Amino acid sequence: MVIEPRSSVSIWRAGLAPIWAILVSLLLCAGLVAWAGASVPTAYGLLLKGAFGSSFAINETLTRSIPLIFTGLAVSIAFKAKFYNIGAEGQLYAGALAATFFGTGLVTLPPVLMIPFLMIAGAVAGGLLLLLPVLLKTKLKVDEVVTTLLLNFVVLLLVSYLIEGPWKDPMSLGWPQAASIVDEGVLPGLLAKGRLHFGFVIAVVLAIGLWAMMRFTVQGYEIRAVGYNARAAEFSGIKINRTVIMTAMISGGLAGMAGVSETAGLKGYLTLDLSPGFGYTGIAVAMLAQLNPLAVIPAAIFLSAVYVGSDAMSRAVNIPTYIADVIVGVSVLAVLCSVMFSQYRVRWRG
Amino acid sequence: MSDLFDILLTAGFWAATIRIVSPLIFGTLGELICERAGVLNLGIEGIMTVGAMAGWMWVYQGGGLWGGVLFAACMGMIFGLLHAILCVHLGLSQHVTGIGITLFASSLSYFVYRMLLPSATTPPKIVPFQSIAIPGLSDLPIVGAALFNQSALTYLALLTVPIVWYVLFRTPVGLAVRMSGENPVAVEAQGINVLAIRTGAVMVGSGLMAIGGAFITMSWFDAFYFGMINGRGWICVALVIFASWQPRKALIGALLFAGLEAMQVRAQQSAGAFIPYQFFLMLPYVMSILAMIVIARKTKYPQALLVPFRRGERV
Repeated sequence: MVIEPRSSVSIWRAGLAPIWAILVSLLLCAGLVAWAGASVPTAYGLLLKGAFGSSFAINETLTRSIPLIFTGLAVSIAFKAKFYNIGAEGQLYAGALAATFFGTGLVTLPPVLMIPFLMIAGAVAGGLLLLLPVLLKTKLKVDEVVTTLLLNFVVLLLVSYLIEGPWKDPMSLGWPQAASIVDEGVLPGLLAKGRLHFGFVIAVVLAIGLWAMMRFTVQGYEIRAVGYNARAAEFSGIKINRTVIMTAMISGGLAGMAGVSETAGLKGYLTLDLSPGFGYTGIAVAMLAQLNPLAVIPAAIFLSAVYVGSDAMSRAVNIPTYIADVIVGVSVLAVLCSVMFSQYRVRWRG
Repeated sequence: MSDLFDILLTAGFWAATIRIVSPLIFGTLGELICERAGVLNLGIEGIMTVGAMAGWMWVYQGGGLWGGVLFAACMGMIFGLLHAILCVHLGLSQHVTGIGITLFASSLSYFVYRMLLPSATTPPKIVPFQSIAIPGLSDLPIVGAALFNQSALTYLALLTVPIVWYVLFRTPVGLAVRMSGENPVAVEAQGINVLAIRTGAVMVGSGLMAIGGAFITMSWFDAFYFGMINGRGWICVALVIFASWQPRKALIGALLFAGLEAMQVRAQQSAGAFIPYQFFLMLPYVMSILAMIVIARKTKYPQALLVPFRRGERV
């Protein structure tokens, strides 16, 4: 078996790669659906209907996609510079901690100022959490994957301590949760009905902004250059460490904003189940989007639809809800393969 | 402080340390074998989950304990093979593939568990491995309880260290594995198939990781819980770096960590009143990061770690 690069990759071939990956993932997971005793077309039909079948369902799918857009963008930009930030989960909670610290009475500003203030506070917190791994990476060459992963557990335990201890809301009837965000800081709803909130607008604007930055600015060029070939970038005068640190700060900041958006937009207060792994799903989002910030939006909506739709499907035909996580896991592997096959050709010869 | 010294002198502390170290030994050695061959295996967290679920489920469904261990190892090897196909044969990013394997393997474990036991609210239990007292030696003070009154899987873990060391450093196969991680072109020049060596190493390593997971459900505890691996796989990855890819140092590092965890549980009981338990639970993760910082300047990564090998391609 010989694997060789294709001489040219058409836009069609590259653009269709994630679609192939999604189809293959759904096909493979159909085996599990069949094992659970459901008819595959019925089950997937229910999934589709659960995610997009009513205005309520669409509203819910878009709402669940908000944190995934943020974490998907965070992972995309970091991976673009080959900085493997697997800590979006922890950075999300760091952002949520900042929102809770400032937003539950310490600071009160009119909403026009309060919401940006909380978002920035969350972004700074997320960036700060990533500062240690990125400095260890640039100064001491300590692998960032392991440090960012381990910090996820540390932050989660810190959240657990704070909301069971000093930050526990005395009005929560014993539930471990922090006090509610003040009204001025709550992200307003977008529609009369449903949970969709202003965080969606912020996420989409950021996605467009990040795309423009990657495409049209010097910083964006430097990030891409460092990721593509760090040595060549260095020879052409790009300061690698500075670029990687800047990338990490943007990445951590975006993940931190996911935490603010979930705390101040969706729930209104911090709990330990604020994120069911949005940070990790962000990796799948970024891979499906092939690290393109604009493509992060549809990728996040698709994976959000898988989660929302699976909830409806598993209720109706009795399939364990973990099917959604399996689809997400398989799609990460499938998209890696499909992108590779769009760039390389496999020739079989003896 | 005197409390801590008192803890160090109890047999219970040392017995717990040796028990806790077992999954860390399996996981760390498994990762070490993969990385020595040049392949980072971040699927470890998911593969340990698979091992924990598969081994336990085998016994729960009526199989024998050793059959369960073997079954867990086989399941781990299957995921290892998947990892090898993707990043050894297709040359995909080892970081992303590993994370993908972890997401896939752990969610599949939970899915299968829920499929087979749809309505279990309290996790059902099995009869786990019992401790075997070695006659005579187990009566020694402290050492006896720590080393000679453990379950068969713990003895196996302790035996694995010299075996892995011997195979890696004293046999031709081990040489080929290490060379594949340092200079695959030279291995190819010797007429040895680098891809086959790497595939084999990743499969064996993944099998060991899965046994580490199985230890947790079949010897340490007697049930399978969701999220029970809880970052142990990632700690093993940190331990491999801390150990500079040496099996002997991996044992020392794993013992340090297990000691810390055993100490932590006991210190919680005495100091828990004024230090919240979450800070004790943070210790292993914080220590892993510290260990990597301490060792950072001295680490010599296997030269070809993370570098895919394609026959005939210039490096």
